[in-house]
Amino acid sequence: MIPRHLLIGVAALLLLVVSMGIYLRHMRRQAGQFESSAADTLPVTPPASGPTETVTLYVADDAAGALRPRAAQIPLPGGRQQRAEELLRALLRIYQQPGALHPLAPAADIRSIYLVDPGAAVIDLNAAFADQHRSGILSEQLTVNSLVETLARNVPGVNRVNILVEGKTRETLAGHADLTETFDVTTIEQAGNQ
Amino acid sequence: MRWSKKLQFSVSSSQLSVEGGVLRTENWELRTRTLAILLAIVMLLSAAPAAEEKHISVYSPVAIYTLPVLDRAGREYVGLLELLEPLGRVSSQLDGRRWELRYNAVDAEFVAGKTRARIHGRNFDFAAPFLIENSRGLVPLTSLNALLPRFLGTSANFRESARRLFVGDVGIQISFQLDASNPSRLALNFSAPVNPTISTEPGKLRMVFKRDPVVSPGSQLISFANKVITQASYSEDNGDAELDIAANEPLMASFSSDRRTIVVSAVPPATTPAVSGTQNPAPAPPAANVASGNSHRVLAVVDPAHGGDERGAALTDKLAEKDVTLGFARLLRHELEIRGFAVTLLREGDTSLTLDQRAAAANVARAGIYISLHAVSQGSGARVYTALLPVEGTSKGVFHAWNAAQSPALPVSRIVSAAIVAEMQKREFPVQASSASLRPLNNVFMPAVAVELAPGEDGIADLTSANYQQRAASAIADAIVSVRDRLGAQP
Repeated sequence: MIPRHLLIGVAALLLLVVSMGIYLRHMRRQAGQFESSAADTLPVTPPASGPTETVTLYVADDAAGALRPRAAQIPLPGGRQQRAEELLRALLRIYQQPGALHPLAPAADIRSIYLVDPGAAVIDLNAAFADQHRSGILSEQLTVNSLVETLARNVPGVNRVNILVEGKTRETLAGHADLTETFDVTTIEQAGNQ
Repeated sequence: MRWSKKLQFSVSSSQLSVEGGVLRTENWELRTRTLAILLAIVMLLSAAPAAEEKHISVYSPVAIYTLPVLDRAGREYVGLLELLEPLGRVSSQLDGRRWELRYNAVDAEFVAGKTRARIHGRNFDFAAPFLIENSRGLVPLTSLNALLPRFLGTSANFRESARRLFVGDVGIQISFQLDASNPSRLALNFSAPVNPTISTEPGKLRMVFKRDPVVSPGSQLISFANKVITQASYSEDNGDAELDIAANEPLMASFSSDRRTIVVSAVPPATTPAVSGTQNPAPAPPAANVASGNSHRVLAVVDPAHGGDERGAALTDKLAEKDVTLGFARLLRHELEIRGFAVTLLREGDTSLTLDQRAAAANVARAGIYISLHAVSQGSGARVYTALLPVEGTSKGVFHAWNAAQSPALPVSRIVSAAIVAEMQKREFPVQASSASLRPLNNVFMPAVAVELAPGEDGIADLTSANYQQRAASAIADAIVSVRDRLGAQP
């Protein structure tokens, strides 16, 4: 026969374990919501500083199914890598404006760009960029072409580009454009001129 | 020995005189004889012609397909989910003996073994109990005429004796026009393109319509006042329609370019088989089936993009790209088949395939052309894509890099793309051509294009419109016919 006080003690402990489990789950859910909303809205990097330069951005136009060169004046830092990142962030700001011809999600951002000599660049997008991208061959391909061409035309020496999402290879941008391959700048430029 | 005991039992059951204490040599003889009998039975069974599998043919503006028919308790049944799946969005859920089905916005509930069901809030009585097998709901064929309009909201004409189901107004009418000139010619005019299987036997030319919703010309038997071509008889059975042309001379058939007319005529004397006898084993050569003198049928692989958990673009809140591409692919298959192509669809239902599996399937099939189908809610008309690759690509001798396998075929792919654009423009269908880094386009070594269907003048509703899809599919098929000589042939 198990003593009564022992039974009560075990039952109280079990109750405590269950209620702690429920509380822990609740806290984890709250923390997850906070993290995702914070990730969507907070800027990842501080605003760039440096002399203002005139650059050419290659802006996608969904209706025309083509890229349009657009001159822009943006402050560019001195470093080659930081310069490349700011270029693409300036491009993203165009796509994130209301009424953009090729809208991208407000939370879409460039995490980093790695310039690997000779001639290779790796663009690392954040998860929101890909997860919230509209699905469709044209839309996705225009995004890729726009990133690649803007980078290649403004950062001398870049002739091959890889695109990662959150630092990892992803099969497609949003179900169509293949992100597993290396984009050849010349091939993309030739396709754009067709 | 266990085996010899069994043998003795089987022999005694055959009423041969076998005693318990037989000699060893007698046992051996019995074993040999029994084995011989068993072998003979197996050979007889294997030699006997297999019973023809029962199936039902379904003809609708969206899709044409066949389904197996199951015999249960002396009645014929068909899977309801499989029947509705090609026609719209359908899902089902099994809960014990209850089977719930949702087709577009229509909810239905069935109970295994019961004849009463609830469809869209109203009772429905089957002619025989509803059955559930392997989570599939089976309905009796005899109830289809009453059952389907409840789901489809349109008329359905099920010819039970022939197992042919017509959804909506899809029937193809036939008319006959006899030209009694020398040689006699009988023109069969159809209200839509057809692609029958044609064969000949002494005194008869037979056309079997497996995928064409051909309907009876009015009378089952039509007689002609002609010395050579005497009569035509129409029959339907097991999902097929058959038209037999009787004649006193060997016949041949040829198709018009639009495949709406088949001309049946006597074989000219010079080409009549010299071998005397009653057999004429060579089938009549359907001219359009063998285009450009090429005796091989070009295999086209049509790939409805996405599928299963991979839904593709959300075209509306409820409409997924994977559903539009499947319907579009079925129409394109039909259009290509009636133009004489052999066609393989990479998925027939809502199944998922990886991009590598799709590429491998096309490469293993050694197809003449690969066509990937997509749909999108933005833009208008259609966009035709070829792979975004340098033409030369990277290769190591005879080997090509997987991601650039398309490179050698890219020039022909661009010709196909240009032909599709030209054909669509001819039909005033808005179209653009472009290049895209799109798998598995990059991974197939035969000419390959992707076609992305966008809405037309009526907006997003066009994407599910059979008429709109038909226009696009017909233009693509005509374009591919126009470049057929540039495509590889199936060995």
